[in-house]
Amino acid sequence: MLGFLFRRLGDIIPTFFGVTLLVFFLIRLIPGDPILMMAGERGVDAVRYAELKAQYGFDQPVIVQYFDYLIGVFQGDLGKSFVTKKPVIDEFLTLFPATVELATMGILFAVIFGIPFGVLAAIHRGKWIDHLTMSLSLTGYSMPIFWWALLLIMFFSTTLGWTPISGRISVMYFFEPVTGFMLIDSLLSGEKGAFASAFSHLILPTVALGTIPMAVIARMTRSSMLEVLGEEYIRVARAKGLAPMRVIMVHALRNALIPVITVIGLQVGVLLAGAILTETIFSWPGIGKWIIEAMNRRDYPTIQGGILMIAFLVMAVNLIVDLLYGIINPRIRYKR
Amino acid sequence: MKANFVKVALGAGLLAATALAAPTAASAKTLVYCSEGSPEGFNPSLYTAGTTFDASSRQVFNRLVQFKRGTTTIVPGLATSWDVSADGLEYTFNLRKGVKFHTTEDFTPTRDFNADDVVFTFMRQFDKDHPYHGVSGGSYEYFNAMSMPDLVKDIVKVDDYTVKFVLNRPEAPFIANMAMDFASVLSAEYADKMMEAGTPEAVDLNPVGTGPFQLVAYQKDAVIRYKAFPEYWEGKAAIDNLIFAITPDSTVRYQKLKAGECHVMPYPNPADLEAMEADADINLMSQEGLNVGYLGYNTAKEPFTDPKVRKALNMAINKDAIIEGVYQGAGSAAKNPIPPTIWSYNNDTVDDPYDPEAAKAMLAEAGYPDGFSTDIWAMPVQRPYNPNARRMAELVQADWAAIGVNAEIVSYEWGEYLERTKKGEQGTFMLGWTGDNGDPDNFLAVLLGCDAVGGSNRAQWCNEEFDNLIQQAKTTADVLERTRLYEEAQLVFKREAPWATIAHSIVFEPIRNEVVDYKIDPFGGHIFYGVDLAE
Repeated sequence: MLGFLFRRLGDIIPTFFGVTLLVFFLIRLIPGDPILMMAGERGVDAVRYAELKAQYGFDQPVIVQYFDYLIGVFQGDLGKSFVTKKPVIDEFLTLFPATVELATMGILFAVIFGIPFGVLAAIHRGKWIDHLTMSLSLTGYSMPIFWWALLLIMFFSTTLGWTPISGRISVMYFFEPVTGFMLIDSLLSGEKGAFASAFSHLILPTVALGTIPMAVIARMTRSSMLEVLGEEYIRVARAKGLAPMRVIMVHALRNALIPVITVIGLQVGVLLAGAILTETIFSWPGIGKWIIEAMNRRDYPTIQGGILMIAFLVMAVNLIVDLLYGIINPRIRYKR
Repeated sequence: MKANFVKVALGAGLLAATALAAPTAASAKTLVYCSEGSPEGFNPSLYTAGTTFDASSRQVFNRLVQFKRGTTTIVPGLATSWDVSADGLEYTFNLRKGVKFHTTEDFTPTRDFNADDVVFTFMRQFDKDHPYHGVSGGSYEYFNAMSMPDLVKDIVKVDDYTVKFVLNRPEAPFIANMAMDFASVLSAEYADKMMEAGTPEAVDLNPVGTGPFQLVAYQKDAVIRYKAFPEYWEGKAAIDNLIFAITPDSTVRYQKLKAGECHVMPYPNPADLEAMEADADINLMSQEGLNVGYLGYNTAKEPFTDPKVRKALNMAINKDAIIEGVYQGAGSAAKNPIPPTIWSYNNDTVDDPYDPEAAKAMLAEAGYPDGFSTDIWAMPVQRPYNPNARRMAELVQADWAAIGVNAEIVSYEWGEYLERTKKGEQGTFMLGWTGDNGDPDNFLAVLLGCDAVGGSNRAQWCNEEFDNLIQQAKTTADVLERTRLYEEAQLVFKREAPWATIAHSIVFEPIRNEVVDYKIDPFGGHIFYGVDLAE
């Protein structure tokens, strides 16, 4: 197990280099000189342009800029934002908990609803319940997030008034962040109603973000369940007279979950991509919204740093998923 | 399973209901503004974005002179009066006494505002050897863009309440520059203290100003909180707390306004305007913006060297169709190169009529009876003065085709577009301008002066008669005389037609009915001093 862990960690290093290389050069391929973009119609004279170029290090050959950047990365320095002039890593750490909170809720929502829906559909294969859950999940899967999110806001917040429209907590609550996770911080603050406010602000973004992964998980669970339910050992279990619920939950589901877990792992990437849109619509102060704004302003250090951190995260989650296989199914424990 | 789902849903609904009912801040008046984005920082001299100015200069700071709220008129601010020397080279400001700075966690002022603060503010931007010059990136783009480094020779403290600016050349718009955001006055005492503590950047992150509101906290990308400054020299603000709820999506901002989660919102989506108008809780305010969108002719290139050709093309353009199709009604036809909210706007100018027949005849007269071929450059970005350049180019293309002029639409990435039009590669091009300081010089000299050819005068137009008028106006301190000169310059502009003036955008500001005495700022800012909330 430990050997496997080290081998996988070894795989991560070249991937990490690849990502730095891709991100660094790809964003420089986007048309648009950041200095001219900043200057806009007002323009900037040649002397000032040269000064600014030197200030941002653009006067160096790109390859030198890249190695400077890489050396910084290995020292934990992702550079300073062109816009706010603050270290990228500090901004990332401030905003990251908001994204983690939202993504965690999103994946929980997807799993809590996706797996039961998939199991239900598989058990009632071909019946109305199967058709209903599968067509719902297909709809969910094909729904553009920004549209779905606005629809949710208009129905639940504006028309019914059940949920707040955007933000992480009512602006009337104000306390210093401790963990950065609003659900926890609101409890720690001891202010009456703060937790309820934070929770109610999470509902719609969670649903908007979790819908696509939920649909994917439901469909995957269904097909995986169907396959497992056709296996001989399930027939044996049933023939032995085990309770149907026990056959499904213990014997079938456990094995059916293996491919589902792979899918859940892959959904983390999808979730982070979805977070970019969800955060923008729900004014959620996370890294998705931060990167989008950086792109619009050609804030290279922020874009590079943000994408690098996300890539790193996706790699880490996939590693964890691989390790989880072994725990769920002893047949796939890794040997050296 | 089904039952569980219902339980979860019900629970969530209940929680939401309690959450909405819970928070109310005692009896304090709190105004919530759903702002469109995050400020870059809190020192307005370091940045150029309106979003940043809204969060800093317009609430937290004051300037020596200021714009009267809702107008472009200059009124005393931290200076009670100013004198200009006869040669126009020395501006002496008499400073206001008894003005207090904010007290924050890190700083308690020991003295009132005085000349040291003014000298610090401007020397930091002006003097490359100033200890604060390089702090927080040290780029003072607006100070540079307004040519202050060339214009200013020295800044002198005469006594504690008198400061003198010595200029290299007489320049009447200088006083308007002093009202701009970059000229917001910082506390020299605070700066010294932070420098001693080894944290000079704190000055730009945790602002200390003399303004009507002081910053309480900024939660990045989420919320900015201010409280009214009780000792503000113009009197405490009517509202007690001011909150910026950062909401980037315009549709979501509207939903929040409707639900009463905010009182004022900027930049509505044009598609929502009709619904806002119909909403009984919302007051949809509007005003012409301080901008102009235009189509410029490259007057250095054949056949646009001939004013007759330019005039003919102007007459072929159907502006009403453009305002309908491109601005979706949120624009008004422009006849002058400056917007009507700027002083000296010439009401007597007669716009070129839309008359394709006459246009064709004039083109024939200029020697092009069968028309010619050219290009129309369309900007790749959306701007208030031109929300859809591509669409506008298509409409103009069709209008010109009707008089025999074949135009090809050209576009480049934004930075490239600006560079190439500067060099004059285009035949005709679209662009616009948003005013910085409300002075006519900021449009006429910047965009049409001879000095600006090869720079922001992208029509490459240098007309002696016009240039003499604006140069004379630049060096005259008398506003009446300046007005006369600019009015005349506008007539020359219209006669020579280096541009087809297309439109001024209309700015919409939806506010809730309980908001009292909110005024649209012609500079596009959002100012909350002077605003109240009805009980």
